[in-house]
Amino acid sequence: MTNILEKIQETISSNDVVLYMKGTKDFPQCGFSAAVAHVLKTLGVDFHDVDILRDAEVRQGIKEYSDWPTIPQLYIKGEFIGGCDIVKEMFQSGELQELLKAKNIIN
Amino acid sequence: MPIAQNKLEQLLQENFPDAQIAVTALVADDNHYSVKIIDKIFAGKTRVEQHKMVNSALKEILGDVLHAMQLSTSAN
Repeated sequence: MTNILEKIQETISSNDVVLYMKGTKDFPQCGFSAAVAHVLKTLGVDFHDVDILRDAEVRQGIKEYSDWPTIPQLYIKGEFIGGCDIVKEMFQSGELQELLKAKNIIN
Repeated sequence: MPIAQNKLEQLLQENFPDAQIAVTALVADDNHYSVKIIDKIFAGKTRVEQHKMVNSALKEILGDVLHAMQLSTSAN
């Protein structure tokens, strides 16, 4: 398990925005994953997607990494932001846009 | 094995005695709920921390007897 947590750490630190999701950003396989991918696309965020359905180790590992039981999981500049409910709430309140601007990810 | 709405409300109220709690059924199957919790103990905590507190209070039933929960938390 150590290896997989290192791999996750590496992915999260080498990409500004990472979404662990079911399916891909273009072909989401779950409504919750699709909703978060849609929010990011709407905001014009260039993000790295990881399809957890393609890798059982990552699927389990990411839940341990964040101590969070569900997918999708959004990471911005190495920080776990939340899943679908939190991301949608932050988008609706404008907090997500503020955060992305503060991190120089969008203008 | 699903959970009745009043049981879920009761479990949340026991774990968050001072909170305002609203539970709504998303589908009438005792398995999909929307939960909103307002509690001052959430003050100063990130949303992730707040949700983890709720998940931990429900860990006996989450994913097992409770299939899906939409969650919203705030301090006020």
